Amino acid sequence: MRSLILRTVAPLIVGLMVLFSIFVLLRGHNEPGGGFIGGLIAVAALSIYGIAFGVETVRRAIVFHPLSIAGAGLLLATLSGLLSMVFHVPFMTGLWVYPVILGEEVPLSSVMTFDIGVYLVVVGAVTSVALSLEERGED
Amino acid sequence: MSVADLTFLALLSPFLGAIVAPLLTRILGHNAAWVLALVPVAIFLHFTGFSAEIARGEVVTGGYAWLPSFNVSFSWLVDGLSLTFILLISGIGALIVLYSGGYLKGHPHQGRFFSFLLMFMGSMLGLVASDSFLMLFVFWELTSITSFLLIGFDHQREAARRAALQALVVTGGGGLLLLAGLILLWNISGINQFSLLTAFAPQVKASPFYLAALILVLGGAFTKSAQFPFHFWLPNAMEAPTPVSAYLHSATMVKAGVYLVMRLYPVMGGTAEWQIILPVFGGATLVIGALLAVRQTDLKLMLAYTTVSSLGLLVLLTGFGAPYAIEAAALYLVAHSLFKGALFMVAGCIDHETGTRDVTRLGGLRSAMPLTFAIALASAASMGGLPPFFGFLAKEEVYTALSAFDGRAITFAALVVVGNALMFSAAFAVALKPFIGKRVETPKAAHEAPVLLWLGPAVLALAGLAAAFLSGTVHTLISSPMASAIAGEARAVAISLEPHVGMPLMLSVLTVVLGIGFYLGLARLRAGIAAVLAAIGWGPDRGFDQVMRGLVRLSSAVTRRLQNGRLDTYMTATFALLAVVLIAPPFLYGELARAPVFPQDIPLHELAIMAIAVIGLVAVVLAQDRLTAIVSLGIQGFSVAVIFLLYGAPDLAFTQFMIETLAVVILALVMTRLKLSPSDRRPLRETLPDAAIALACGLGATLLLLKVTEAPFDTTLSDFFNHYAKTIAHGANVVNVIIVDFRGTDTLGEIAVVMIAALAILSLVRLRAGSLRRIADNDPDAEEASR
Repeated sequence: MRSLILRTVAPLIVGLMVLFSIFVLLRGHNEPGGGFIGGLIAVAALSIYGIAFGVETVRRAIVFHPLSIAGAGLLLATLSGLLSMVFHVPFMTGLWVYPVILGEEVPLSSVMTFDIGVYLVVVGAVTSVALSLEERGED
Repeated sequence: MSVADLTFLALLSPFLGAIVAPLLTRILGHNAAWVLALVPVAIFLHFTGFSAEIARGEVVTGGYAWLPSFNVSFSWLVDGLSLTFILLISGIGALIVLYSGGYLKGHPHQGRFFSFLLMFMGSMLGLVASDSFLMLFVFWELTSITSFLLIGFDHQREAARRAALQALVVTGGGGLLLLAGLILLWNISGINQFSLLTAFAPQVKASPFYLAALILVLGGAFTKSAQFPFHFWLPNAMEAPTPVSAYLHSATMVKAGVYLVMRLYPVMGGTAEWQIILPVFGGATLVIGALLAVRQTDLKLMLAYTTVSSLGLLVLLTGFGAPYAIEAAALYLVAHSLFKGALFMVAGCIDHETGTRDVTRLGGLRSAMPLTFAIALASAASMGGLPPFFGFLAKEEVYTALSAFDGRAITFAALVVVGNALMFSAAFAVALKPFIGKRVETPKAAHEAPVLLWLGPAVLALAGLAAAFLSGTVHTLISSPMASAIAGEARAVAISLEPHVGMPLMLSVLTVVLGIGFYLGLARLRAGIAAVLAAIGWGPDRGFDQVMRGLVRLSSAVTRRLQNGRLDTYMTATFALLAVVLIAPPFLYGELARAPVFPQDIPLHELAIMAIAVIGLVAVVLAQDRLTAIVSLGIQGFSVAVIFLLYGAPDLAFTQFMIETLAVVILALVMTRLKLSPSDRRPLRETLPDAAIALACGLGATLLLLKVTEAPFDTTLSDFFNHYAKTIAHGANVVNVIIVDFRGTDTLGEIAVVMIAALAILSLVRLRAGSLRRIADNDPDAEEASR
């Protein structure tokens, strides 16, 4: 689809959606949201981008092969679980730290990195399916 | 290091040796054998250290916890029986390693061969040293696998591959029977260690499962020890290089079955079943093996069939249940390992130096290979039971056990005499015939074998001679402890070379006379047996092929029926079954839901949303083309998401919105990608059954939901999550906390599934994009036709 309107608006929408997806991902622990939903929003953003500009542009934009992104996510999630072994607590136990950054206490945790892993897996896996289906020629 | 640690290291060392063997062979060439032989020598010396204790009638046990929660341990048991086996395995193993150094000199994969051989040695040592059932089973199967590797070593020949596979199927399958049998024994007694099991013997014998356990265990033992009718894999295994035949298929692995029977004798032996099954199968194997041996002209095959025969004799003796039978089995087992290992290596020397193993194409080698001739004669004399060799003592003891004047003893004595006489003739056909008479032209000009080749058989032949002269010492250290361990009570072996006139000696003389007769009439005997076999025309070996072919056919037919590769068949089957599963149980068990009571005050907007969902569904069904149908499905999905939202599940609603959107996009992409026609027009007779199945599924799901919501809601879990989400997991969003924290391991599994699904879809899409190659359908008939 080579619609002029879409191509003009798409960068704006897509940028906002990706930003929103990360917002949803990060706030997930306390408000509605999380890695799964965030990931799906990002996929939707990338699909719009693909519809507007074609698959090649999307591939260039995300730099890595989508399956590499998914693999990295799976690795990150697994490592977040394994981190607990270092502290001699059972697998997947949530670990929290509260560093103060710029005068603000920021709660960071292995649970959050796990959720980021989920986000990356969803983004990578669904995007790779969508892109490969969208491609007309040889993959 | 304690003795237990050293023993563990000794059991482990062959595997360590197997790791370094290829590298060592690359550096040292065939001389690596001298270094690698140190491994079994060290094991031999380590276990010799126990012989004083064992001779006093003690046992050495040790080990480590393996699966403590199941009470399974990695533990060993060294008593007279296992010590004898360990010394045979490591002692003969050292000689075999040296022999392989010479036999496979210059072979490009000699390092790999050493590696396999040492792995086998480790497995076999582990098998005979095992105290725990599970450890025995693991090593039992390891010997099958390493034997597969060794038989198939020359993997470029089809015969070798077939023989390897056959041995693996027969012995590995038997191993599974053994596992079942051991588990049954474990269940009966509650014990999974041989050292403790003996005390439960009365309980085991009285159990109603005794016969089942016995048959299963014997299934393992008989396949491993090549008892008739499972004997066929052993001669075929002669495709292996000769060191393998000498080591695995005469001295060690095939005796694992006999070992098992001996090990279980104090627990399961002595019953009527035991004394019927074992002698009958053993006796049949003895005679059939000996007859088939005489029929062969290949040196190795003759020896292989006599091995089958000897294994039959051992099983017969273990099951016979007369005084001296156990002692005879112990003596014969040791004697057989010595002379048969030596004879195999002699056959290998002849093959190696002349280029043929066919006895009819060999003759007059005595001047060219005098040393080999001497070794061969000494071993054959031991095998034929002639004094002053150890085989003579064993045979005398065998006949002592059989010398009784009841019908059973006389029958079996007659069988054994005939079998032994046939083996006598086979022994001299191998050890005498190639060396005497006129010199026959052979493919290679024969000359004496190099030291690496004659050293092994020479040591074994000398050992057979020395053991007979030093019989007192041998009995104290080996025979008596072994017989005692088998019998489960103190036994003393006393037989020596001193002349003793009586029934056994007469039977021996009869055997030798008969044997000489058979030897002289060998050609006629061979032709006669061949004619009989040709008349029968079918044997277990052919049967094996037929069974395997049948298996492949069956699985191919089943697969083709169940997996026809059409998506609509799979979907129809899945959903039809789902409908049955949903609808049948409520009617069968009378658990139909009560008719629901409609609430009176449904807000108007909720009714409107439900109406939109229904309209969406109707639109799907009525849609003229696929794209409309896909989008209409989205209408229904969005309505459901709104309902989630209204009822306070924003996370769920959120996800549902995204999924619906993406589903529409992806389905549309799939449609264009697969180049489907825009609409799906099918005749009514195809759509009506589909509609019926769909309605049935919907009805079933409704019934299920109604029934589920009837039950009072258990709030324990939701209370727990609500209560602890903030305090334990530091999160206010309970749904997310459950996903990433409380049930995080589930999520990890799920995202792994997402990843795998993406990989699968991607490869499917690419497969479609690439050239449409026909995927091999493994049709056994086509494959056979193309041969």
